[in-house]
Amino acid sequence: MNALTHKIQHWRSQIKLRKNPTLRALLFWALPAAFLAYFFYQPLLALFNLVLTRRMPTGELSLAALNLNRVWRPLSFTLGQAALSTLLTLIIGLPGAWLFARFTFPGKRTLKILTTLPFILPTVVVAAGFNALMGPRGWVNLGLMTLFNLSSPPIQFLNSFAAILIAHIFYNTSIIIRVVSSAWSQQNIRLRHAAQVLGASPWRTFREVTLPLLKPSILAATFLVFLFNFTSFGVVLMLGGPRFATLEVEIYVQALHLLNLPLASILSILQLTCTLLITLGHNQVSGLGDMVISPPAQVIGVRKPRKGLERIVIIVLIITLVSLLVAPLASLALRSFVKLEPIRGERGEVQRGLTLQFYRELGVNRRGDLFFVPPIAAARNSFVFAALTILITLSLGILVAYALLQRTIINRLLDPLLMLPLGASAITLGLGFIIVFNRPPFSTLRFPILIPIAHSLVALPFIVRTLAPALSNISPTLRNAARVLGASPLRVWREVDLPLLTPALLVSTIFALTISLGEFGASTFLVRPQYPTLPVAIFRYISQPGALNYGQALAMSTILMVVCALGIFIIERLRLPGKDSF
Amino acid sequence: MLTIENIRKAYEGQPLLNGVSFEVNEDETVCLLGPSGSGKSTLLRIIAGLEGSETGDVLWKGTSLKNTPAHLRRFGLMFQDYALFPHRNVAENIAFGLRMQNLPDHEIKARVQQALKTIDMAQFGRRKVTELSGGEQQRVALARALAPNPRLLMLDEPLGALDRTLREQLSTELRRILHDTRIPAIYVTHDQEEAYAIADRLLLLHEGVIVQSGRPHEFYHLPHNVWVAKFFGLGNLVEGTVISHSPLVVETSLGLIEASCDQEHASPPNPGEKTTLLFRPTQAHQNPGAEKNRITGKVLDQVFQGENYRITLHINDSVPEFNVILPEPAEVGTELQVNYQPAVVLCLAS
Repeated sequence: MNALTHKIQHWRSQIKLRKNPTLRALLFWALPAAFLAYFFYQPLLALFNLVLTRRMPTGELSLAALNLNRVWRPLSFTLGQAALSTLLTLIIGLPGAWLFARFTFPGKRTLKILTTLPFILPTVVVAAGFNALMGPRGWVNLGLMTLFNLSSPPIQFLNSFAAILIAHIFYNTSIIIRVVSSAWSQQNIRLRHAAQVLGASPWRTFREVTLPLLKPSILAATFLVFLFNFTSFGVVLMLGGPRFATLEVEIYVQALHLLNLPLASILSILQLTCTLLITLGHNQVSGLGDMVISPPAQVIGVRKPRKGLERIVIIVLIITLVSLLVAPLASLALRSFVKLEPIRGERGEVQRGLTLQFYRELGVNRRGDLFFVPPIAAARNSFVFAALTILITLSLGILVAYALLQRTIINRLLDPLLMLPLGASAITLGLGFIIVFNRPPFSTLRFPILIPIAHSLVALPFIVRTLAPALSNISPTLRNAARVLGASPLRVWREVDLPLLTPALLVSTIFALTISLGEFGASTFLVRPQYPTLPVAIFRYISQPGALNYGQALAMSTILMVVCALGIFIIERLRLPGKDSF
Repeated sequence: MLTIENIRKAYEGQPLLNGVSFEVNEDETVCLLGPSGSGKSTLLRIIAGLEGSETGDVLWKGTSLKNTPAHLRRFGLMFQDYALFPHRNVAENIAFGLRMQNLPDHEIKARVQQALKTIDMAQFGRRKVTELSGGEQQRVALARALAPNPRLLMLDEPLGALDRTLREQLSTELRRILHDTRIPAIYVTHDQEEAYAIADRLLLLHEGVIVQSGRPHEFYHLPHNVWVAKFFGLGNLVEGTVISHSPLVVETSLGLIEASCDQEHASPPNPGEKTTLLFRPTQAHQNPGAEKNRITGKVLDQVFQGENYRITLHINDSVPEFNVILPEPAEVGTELQVNYQPAVVLCLAS
């Protein structure tokens, strides 16, 4: 009797679990939530704690004694450059979106892949690319020097405000084009036709129909670009030079160079508050785009450009985009194969021309330095970290995707908490890690596992946004059909869910790989000198003097670029159903 | 009023419209009927000025509209998916065309109210269009198209997205509104029942040309060719070879059949020519004594249809199924004999 009631109770609890979506969601959430709580929210709270209780390790600085100027200057600069960069990006990106949404032209596919490339390229690579194009050893300057027989580079591009702006435009134009042109081309062409037939001129149709319907996506893209500009670190550090410091750079300098953790923490909290506000703004507007009442139109809205003015405008646009996107990357790749200046130690006539020397030198410890790490080792480190990042993000991402599948209020509470790391800067994350985990058992000095964990926190929002839509696209009737045909729940997962999820999993893997390979901000805090990652090594080489170091930095950047380009190529091939989330 | 002259248009190298010409007169509702993909919607877009054509012209009262852009043509177009502006409410959608004419606000308001009343949705002005049902969206789309008083109204499968009952109900309503407004209209559909219900005149589009035009009953009684008969599902089609000219006798796998021909539209075929005969199921009758046009087959299936029985016969291998409708049931598996009067067996051009 007792055994029987026991059995029934057990049975009941099982049914409850199966029926109760909240319980199921919580079960799926458990591990990811714990991970986030421990590795993201704990360091964050520690930062707050450090500032609010004024338990300053150095004890010299208190909130009262704080020179407001030291906070205000980086903040105002960060806001100003982000606003200006975003504005300029919109000016180039919106016509680009129009081009992609409305026209067909030869090479459109290639250009489309090109525009996605910057999005996934590591900042160090972009910085190196602009360095190779416009830097003192770059193509433009070397060309001008030869041409006019100058002894020093005539164009001062590095360490200028313009360099920061142009790099930001390069970086973010793709986001505007991607987000807006996708919304634009999905816009029902019949809405425009309806307006025209009702008497609206083309310009009025644009103003009254096209633009209002695009507004949510333009706003969302603008917020996203502003966020990326606001948290920009690598670009500002490597192209802006010491005169320009965003909050991110200032945090980095204060924490790692001046060892002023309290000021760094205050700046971090300021940074976090701002990014949180921007992220909230983004979330507010990004949901508005889903106002679809009619089935997608059969009529294809793209056409060939007409002759005359339209064609000229479009050609100019294409040339602008190609030169903006291709020039830095092409000069990077080209420069890494070309020897133009004497390498240290060489005397007499310099052999100029094509060379593989920079690539060969990657594995050589020329200086015999004890602490020197050959670049090839940095690449190995990077790939090990990336593999771990893939492992962590994919397992957590799948769990979260299943949790999000349950219809429960829990998701509306937990989902934003998951997305917050997207807004929190990598620098803040790195700083938080140092404050919290710089003691056993983690101690950054002994435990490089913190690096892939930091990378995972950065990558996880992207992975979830890739996996969740793919999972919810799987019709539940498929699972039911499999069940009725005799498959056990586990078998259903293996035979239905897994194969249908495979493309999304592959895309997630590539996302995790490229994010981890390119991550720079958090890594600068967490890497041990003996175990640098690729971006950190590139940064080291490019800031050291000498043509060989320069060439090696470019060679490494080129390798990283090729890996990322391959990734984006595969992602493009695996176009997932559903919309672009970012 | 509206004249369409020799419109040609190709899509991705495939000819879609191959020289379409027709006219729409005052107070007339013309139904443009054709299977999906026959270019009906494209033709509407060309008339509206939203798309160009390779040759041909659209004329209004004899004046070419070649240089008149879509927004100055004052034609109304109601879209298959309604294309209601999702960022505007019901009243704002209806007001759109009026605003484009720069009418004063109070007049716009009054006319929107009037339009809402016409479609029985007076209280719906402030509703979001995203919250409307399919039928309500359809009515708002109609009101929006009619509000600016267009010179011509075009409707592109306006009932296509609705379920059957709603469709029947709304097609009656549409007919009433079209007749009340007296605006000449082109109504595009692929559904013949709908076309019968709405049209004063039918145009049938096939392979880029108008294959037949006329009043709805003419299509039923005198289809111009085999394709028209097939499209309307008029009955059994049996091929054969002409034996004699008058009386017209055709040799088919059913035997020798005496038939008649639509003299007005096609010259009767000459002996030796191939032709196709149309046997309407409803015109079969049982006359055991008659020798002429006797058709015998084995009963495959019968379906009770209220007043009648629909009986499927197996004649032979080249005519495996032959449908007739008879008042009396027949037993499956038995032999059955039916007759056709020569006057009702129609000889069709292929």
